[in-house]
Amino acid sequence: MSSSMLFNVTMIAYMVSTVIFFAFLASRTKAVGLAGTYAALFGFVVQTVAIGMRWKESYDQGHGHAPLSNLFESVVFFSWTIILIFLILDFKYKYHAIGFFVVPFALFGMAWAQLGLDSGIEPLVPALQSNWLVYHVITCFLGYAAFAVACGISIMYLLREKLEQNGGNSPAGGMLSMFPSIKILDDLNYKAIMVGFPLLTLGIVTGAAWANYAWGTYWSWDPKETWSLIVWFVYAAFLHARITRGWVGRRAAILSIVGFAATIFCYLGVNLLLSGLHSYGK
Amino acid sequence: MTTNKRGFAQQLWDFFCSLKLTIFLLIGLALTSIIGTVIQQGPQRDYLATLSETKIRIYSALGFFDMYHSWWFILLLYMLTLNLICCSIKRLPRVWKIVFEPVFVMDERFEKTLPNVKELKLKGSKTELKEKVASFLKGEFAEPVITEQGGDYHLFAQKNPLSRLGVYVVHLSIIIIFIGALIGSFFGYKAYVNIPEGGSISTVEMRSGQQIPLGYEVRCEKFSVDFYDTGAPKEFKSILTVLENGQPVKGYLNVPIIVNDPLTYKGITFYQSSYGQLDEGVMYRISVRDRTGGAPIQLKVRQGERVALPGGAYLSVMEATQNVRPFMREFDGPGAQVEFTPAGGRPQPFVVLSEKYQSFNAQHGGDLIITFDGMDQKFFTGLQVAKDPGVWVVWLGCFLMVIGICMAFFMSHKRVWARISDDGVTLGGSASKNPAGFDMSFDELAQKLNKV
Repeated sequence: MSSSMLFNVTMIAYMVSTVIFFAFLASRTKAVGLAGTYAALFGFVVQTVAIGMRWKESYDQGHGHAPLSNLFESVVFFSWTIILIFLILDFKYKYHAIGFFVVPFALFGMAWAQLGLDSGIEPLVPALQSNWLVYHVITCFLGYAAFAVACGISIMYLLREKLEQNGGNSPAGGMLSMFPSIKILDDLNYKAIMVGFPLLTLGIVTGAAWANYAWGTYWSWDPKETWSLIVWFVYAAFLHARITRGWVGRRAAILSIVGFAATIFCYLGVNLLLSGLHSYGK
Repeated sequence: MTTNKRGFAQQLWDFFCSLKLTIFLLIGLALTSIIGTVIQQGPQRDYLATLSETKIRIYSALGFFDMYHSWWFILLLYMLTLNLICCSIKRLPRVWKIVFEPVFVMDERFEKTLPNVKELKLKGSKTELKEKVASFLKGEFAEPVITEQGGDYHLFAQKNPLSRLGVYVVHLSIIIIFIGALIGSFFGYKAYVNIPEGGSISTVEMRSGQQIPLGYEVRCEKFSVDFYDTGAPKEFKSILTVLENGQPVKGYLNVPIIVNDPLTYKGITFYQSSYGQLDEGVMYRISVRDRTGGAPIQLKVRQGERVALPGGAYLSVMEATQNVRPFMREFDGPGAQVEFTPAGGRPQPFVVLSEKYQSFNAQHGGDLIITFDGMDQKFFTGLQVAKDPGVWVVWLGCFLMVIGICMAFFMSHKRVWARISDDGVTLGGSASKNPAGFDMSFDELAQKLNKV
């Protein structure tokens, strides 16, 4: 058995999980929601094993390194962190409806990685041969994942709010009834960002420390650095908006979605569209 | 006139204390920062050629080619700093009071301001109850401070009071990071130097072209580059020696430096950054052997140089590499493209490899077998040189920022009061964060106390 096969199983598990969560919204049966969570949990366990196997496979090839070094590996890891944050949230608050808006991010990541990206295990180029790689990548992606979850919750917020404004008579109204109330969604959005922001901060700090160690400059306004700072600014604005009147709820949800769009651009757009030091995505 | 002036000062103060300004500045910084990621900074000539003249004029007038150092971007950063200083000055005294001068006595007026209040029906004398509640709070929450007032007992206990200061720690950390950056830009520098193998330097060059004396010498003993089988680079390594007055410094003789492992001496750090080949002389090592046997002849040739071989043939090396794997997947080790001219024949181009591919090398060369033994190449190493006395200040700021954010986000200042009067026990509480969560734990606390 190879890691690649297990990644396929993971992808299917996330697909099944998404379908079950949809069935949950349609059927409004609590047990179905729980089944969706278990499908995601199954996929998560398989993916964890697969990442471990890929790590071992790199050692078998003679140039072992943590599976965090190219676009394929980072997309897989991103999916893993999204499900991790989702599962923690799900076990703590038991709002299964959130799964339908968060698991698809992980499903999309796995599908893209498996179908569209080169999955070859490459040896590390000199610039990446450092323990900072692990600290930097793990903190950044956990932060990104928390923002992905916040984005899913914010989309739910906007849908639910729209429904309540329309008086709740639309045919979709039944499905939306499984959503948590907008007050809870607003609070969960804030909680997810409260987890993501310190992790992003740590990610930027470890990146700066590494840059200083490798190149002698902790900040050089490289596009990747700049975009991570843009993301940081957006969420800092979000956090300050929370304590300003009139910026909770709808505006906070929109800011959270904008923040995640900036996060995705920071992660992918910079590598695919701009030039810079983080060229692993090419 | 004076009232007008004061009015203006007041307005200015209010302006810089406003959270709306904070949000505006943060979003403004986020949006403007995008410009510098789209327009190349410190533009190269070929990039400029892709832009129209009007664009170039507008971009340079707005400072877009060095955007992050332009006056308006720096101004935004200063405004943000001023904004967070003013906000902190305005709000800190009140928070300071809550943290360090807590209200010990919950009177009826104060009770009305609290989100959580519970009347408890407990039996016993006031002194008894005081002891009971005090030991209960100590066990279940935190050690209380007891105040006696008008015959009643007032208990106050709190958890994590310092968490309220987290946000100010973050604000302070940003200022510290800016100070560190300023120290670096005034007292430090970034420079660059190329050292040929065997050569040494005592000055480095800044991007502006300015030469900076190091105060000592650095010699490059050797540079080497290793490749993976795939042809991707594996390691760039320079062996450096630091010399003072021409003598190697103890502990700084033959220090290997690679990417991600620099050398620091007297506050100046040298980072492996690039390399190149020296123009003067690559020597190719060739051995030539007769097919019928006999000792091989060793030759050293330069690129393109035509050398005579035994038996009247000629050989010249066109180009060569240390590792042929990227070009010929089934082989590795050194390889050379040669032109062999047999006695009286036409020139034949072919590839020769190292000793271990004898049968491959035997395919060409007439009566001779030609083997490529490798090349003696001279490199120069390219080092990034940096001196930044502010970097530890920046790390201190970063450390404080992470600590401050965790204090502000994950710790809640929880306070509980108890008033023991003739009417019984009244419990009051409040938390700086997560009111819903505190509701539950407060109710639980009250229930437990009821059962004591």
